[in-house]
Amino acid sequence: MSMKRLFQNIKGLWSLLVGLKVTGGELIKPWLTVHYPRQEVENLSSYRGHIELVPATDDPLTPRCIMCWKCVEICPSRCISLRMHATGEAGVAAADDPGLLLAPEVKSPYSAHLAPPPDKIERILDSYRLNYSLCSLCGLCVQICPVDAIRFSRNAYLVGTTRQSFELDLLARLKSQAASARGAAPTQPQGA
Amino acid sequence: MSQDVNSRLTGDFYTAPFGPRLEPDGDTLVLNMGPQHPATHGVLRVVVELDGEYIRRAEPVLGYIHRMHEKMGEVKTWVQYLPNMGRVDYLHALAWNWAYVGAVEKLMGIEVPPRAEYIRVITCELNRINSHLLWWGAYLLDLGAFTPILYAFADREHIMDILQMVTGSRLTYCYYRFGGVSGDVNDEFIRRTREFVADFKKRLPMYRALVTDNIILRGRCEDIGVLTPEMARRYGATGPVLRGSGVAYDVRRAEPYSIYDRLDFDIPTGRKGDVMDRYEVRMAELDQCLRIVEQALDALPTGAHIHPDLPERFIPPKGEVYYAVEGARGKIGVYLLSDGGPKPYRVKLRSPGFSNLSLFAELAQGTLLADAVSILGSLDLVIPEIDR
Amino acid sequence: MTAQLLELLSHPLGQMITALAAIMVFMAVNGMALQYAERKVAGFIQRRPGPYEVGPHGLLQPFADAGKLISKQLVAPLGADRLLFWIAPLVSVAPVVVCFLPIPFSPLLTGMNINLGLLLILAFSGLNTLALCLAGWGSNNKYSLLGAARAVAQSVAYEIPLLLSVLAVAFQVGSLDLAAIAASQTQGLLSWNVLVQPLAFIIFFISGIAETNRAPFDLPEAESELTAGFHTEYSGMCFGIFFLAEYSYMVVVCAVATALFLGGWDGPVFPGPWWFLAKTFALIFAMMWFRWTFPRVRFDQLLNICWKWLIPLGLANLVATAAIVKWVQ
Ligand code: SF4
Ligand code: SF4
Repeated sequence: MSMKRLFQNIKGLWSLLVGLKVTGGELIKPWLTVHYPRQEVENLSSYRGHIELVPATDDPLTPRCIMCWKCVEICPSRCISLRMHATGEAGVAAADDPGLLLAPEVKSPYSAHLAPPPDKIERILDSYRLNYSLCSLCGLCVQICPVDAIRFSRNAYLVGTTRQSFELDLLARLKSQAASARGAAPTQPQGA
Repeated sequence: MSQDVNSRLTGDFYTAPFGPRLEPDGDTLVLNMGPQHPATHGVLRVVVELDGEYIRRAEPVLGYIHRMHEKMGEVKTWVQYLPNMGRVDYLHALAWNWAYVGAVEKLMGIEVPPRAEYIRVITCELNRINSHLLWWGAYLLDLGAFTPILYAFADREHIMDILQMVTGSRLTYCYYRFGGVSGDVNDEFIRRTREFVADFKKRLPMYRALVTDNIILRGRCEDIGVLTPEMARRYGATGPVLRGSGVAYDVRRAEPYSIYDRLDFDIPTGRKGDVMDRYEVRMAELDQCLRIVEQALDALPTGAHIHPDLPERFIPPKGEVYYAVEGARGKIGVYLLSDGGPKPYRVKLRSPGFSNLSLFAELAQGTLLADAVSILGSLDLVIPEIDR
Repeated sequence: MTAQLLELLSHPLGQMITALAAIMVFMAVNGMALQYAERKVAGFIQRRPGPYEVGPHGLLQPFADAGKLISKQLVAPLGADRLLFWIAPLVSVAPVVVCFLPIPFSPLLTGMNINLGLLLILAFSGLNTLALCLAGWGSNNKYSLLGAARAVAQSVAYEIPLLLSVLAVAFQVGSLDLAAIAASQTQGLLSWNVLVQPLAFIIFFISGIAETNRAPFDLPEAESELTAGFHTEYSGMCFGIFFLAEYSYMVVVCAVATALFLGGWDGPVFPGPWWFLAKTFALIFAMMWFRWTFPRVRFDQLLNICWKWLIPLGLANLVATAAIVKWVQ
C-alpha cells in the first residue's frame, strides 16, 4: 500500500517535470500574437463591420437602395434611419431619431405591407444613417434587403471617443469612398 | 413577512442573504466574494461564512447582470429576437441560437434543408469546443495556473477564425435563421475545419501532459465537491456537471434533435462525481465534438442552406412550444407562447447554468475556501446566462 | 583626500555603509530587471512578446511602471490601523537589505565578512513574515487577514526544512560563513554541494520558493481566492515596496542557494562575480518557469508537503550527513 503511494508520488513528481517540458518547449517557439499597429490580421474578408451601402452597378455615386424601408423595420435595435424625397416633393423624414425606442411603431411613408405606389416619380435618398453604437451586427437588414443594397463593411478598426462618432452617415461614406476611389484610380497601375 | 424583509434590510448587509435561522455566530467570518472577484468570472456574488478557512455556508447572490432577455422577447418581433440569443450565453452562442430557432421552426412547422442541419451541427460543435476550451483555461486560472488559458486561446483563435468565415462574428454569433442558416459554407471553410480537427487532435496530448496529469491539479480536483447523481437530479443539473456524476443524460441522445440521431458519438461520464470527473468529462467531450464534426463534414450534403420560400414576416400560429438542445453547460430550453401576433406572447429561457449554480451552496458546505473556488469553477458558469 | 576616503571606507562601519548603499541600488535595479524578466518569461512561455511598446523591446517598461507606482496616491482603507498599515511595507523591505550583506559575490566582493552570515540571513528573512502579518492585520480587510494567516503558517512551517537543509551543508563544511562554504566548493564541478547533497538542495529550493511566496506556493496572495491576499489594500509605492521585497527575497534565496550548493563564484574564464550572478539568475529563471507552469497547491496540501515530506527527509539527510561527517573524521 505505502509502496503504491510512494510510486504514485514519484509519478506525480515526474508529471511536474513533464509540465515544465511543455512550457519550456513553448518558450522557445515564436510568438503567436499579431502585433497590432505593426501587423494586422488577414482574415477581414469575412468580418462583419458596420453595414455600408452598395453603389449601383452603373454609378458608384448613387446607392442601389430603393428605399423600401424593410431594413429599418426589421432592425431589432432600430439603428437605421432613412430620409428620402420624391422628385417634386419636400423631404420625408422617418425614424429620424431611432435608438432608444424599444418598440416604436415607425411606419414608412410606403408601409411595407403595401407595394410602393407604381408611379414614375423618382425617389431620391437624402440620407441613410446608422447608429452603430446600437447595432448588434445580426445581419437581418442585409439579409432582408430585396436588392442587396447593403453589405457589411470590413471596417474593423473603427474607433471613436464620443458616442456621436458612431453615428455614421452611410450615404456620405459611399460618396466619399467613390470620390476617393476615382481620385486614386489614375495613380493605380493599370491592369493590376 | 414584510417585517421580516425590513429587518433584513436594516441588518448587516453581508449577512442579509442568509436565512433568519442561519445568523452567523460570533466565531465565524462572513466573507463577501464578488460581484467583482477574480474567481467568479463575471458578476456573481457569493457570500460565504468561514470558520477558519472552512466554509460553513455559501450563498450565491444573483442578478447583477440581469438584462431582461425574456422580457425583450415580448417586445420584439419573432425575427428581431434572434440577435439576443447570441448574448444570453456568449460562450456557446450557437446552441442558444439553435434552441430559439428550433422552437420557432417547430411552432411554425418550417422544414430545415439537410445541408443547413449539417452546417448547424458542425458550427455548433465547433462552438462547443470553443466553450470548453475557455472553461478549461479559466478554470486553471482559478487554480492559479496562468499559462493554460493562453494555450487554449491559441486554439480557440482557429475556431473563431473558422466560425468568422461563415458567421461574420467572433463571439456573439447570430447565425441561425428560421429555416436554415444565414450563409452557406464554402470549400475554404471545410478545408480549414478539417485542418483544425487534425491539428487539434495533436494538441490534446499537450493539454494532458501540461495539466490533466499534473499532480498538483489532481490534488486540487480529486475527491473534491463530490456530487451524487441523486443530488444532481434534485437540483436539475444537466450537462457535464450531471454526466460527471455518472448519469449519461445528453439531450443530443435523450431527445435527439436535428440529425444527431444519425451521428455516432459517445457520451462520456464520470464515476465519482468529483471535480476531476467533471473535468475529465469535458476533456472527453472535446474528442467527441471532433468526432461529430468529422462525421458531419464527411456527410455534408449539397443543396440550399436555408429553406427557399420562407414568409417575409414570421407570424407563428397560436400555440406553445418547448425546444431543448444540449449546450456546453447543459440543457438549454426555450419555451415560447404565441398568441398569433407578430411578437411572442411569452418567452421563457431555461439556462443550464442556473440549476448548476444552485448546487453550489450545498456542494461547498464544509469545504476549504480554495476547494470552493475549485468547485465553483468546475460548474462552468457563465453568469450572463444565469441572470439572462 | 583620496587616501582619507579610502581609509574611511575600509573601516568596518564605512564598509558596511557603502555596502548597504550599494545593496539598495542593486535591489532597485534588480527589482526592475526582474519584473521585466518575469513578464518577458511569462510572455514567451505564453507565446506572446510581453512588454514591447515602451522603449525597444519594452526595455523602458519597468521605468514606466516605477513612475506609475510612485505617482499613485497612497490610500489607507477606512478603519485600518494606520501605524501598522504604513509600517508593514517598510518592515518587509528593510531586513532584506541586511540579508544581502553576507552574500559572497566573490571572495573579495562581499558586503561584510561575518562568520555567522548564514544565521544572519535566516534570522532577518524571518522578519518578512511579521511584515505580512502586520499588513494583513492593519488593512482591516478580510482577504488581507486570511492572506496574513496563511503567510504566517506557511513561513513558520517552511523555515524548518529550510534550516534542516542548510544545517546539513553547514555540518559538512563546518562553518556558517557563506564565503567559507562557497570556497569549499571551488575544486571543480564535482565538489559542488548540489552533487554532494542533492536532497538538501531540492529541499532548500522548494522551501525557498515557499518562503518567498512564489507560485505554486503563493497562497498568501492567491488571487482567485483572496483577490490579492495581504496586499489587497495597498496602492502605489506601498504595493511597489512589497513587490520589491518579494523580488529581493527571491534574489537572496537564490544567491544563498548558489553559495551553498552551486559552488558560489566558481567557474572558468569569467571572473567570479559574473558566475555567481549567472547562477543566481538561472535559479530565479527556474522559479519563474515554475510560476508560469503549475497550478497553485491547496493550503493543507502545502503544509502536508512540508510536514510529511520535507521535514522527515530533511531530518534524515541531516542525520546521515552528521553520521558521515563524524565517520570521516
Ligand atoms: S445588423 Fe442588425 S442591428 Fe445592425 S443595422 Fe442591421 S439589422 Fe440593425
Ligand atoms: S432594405 Fe435595402 S433597399 Fe430597402 S431601404 Fe433598406 S437598404 Fe434600401
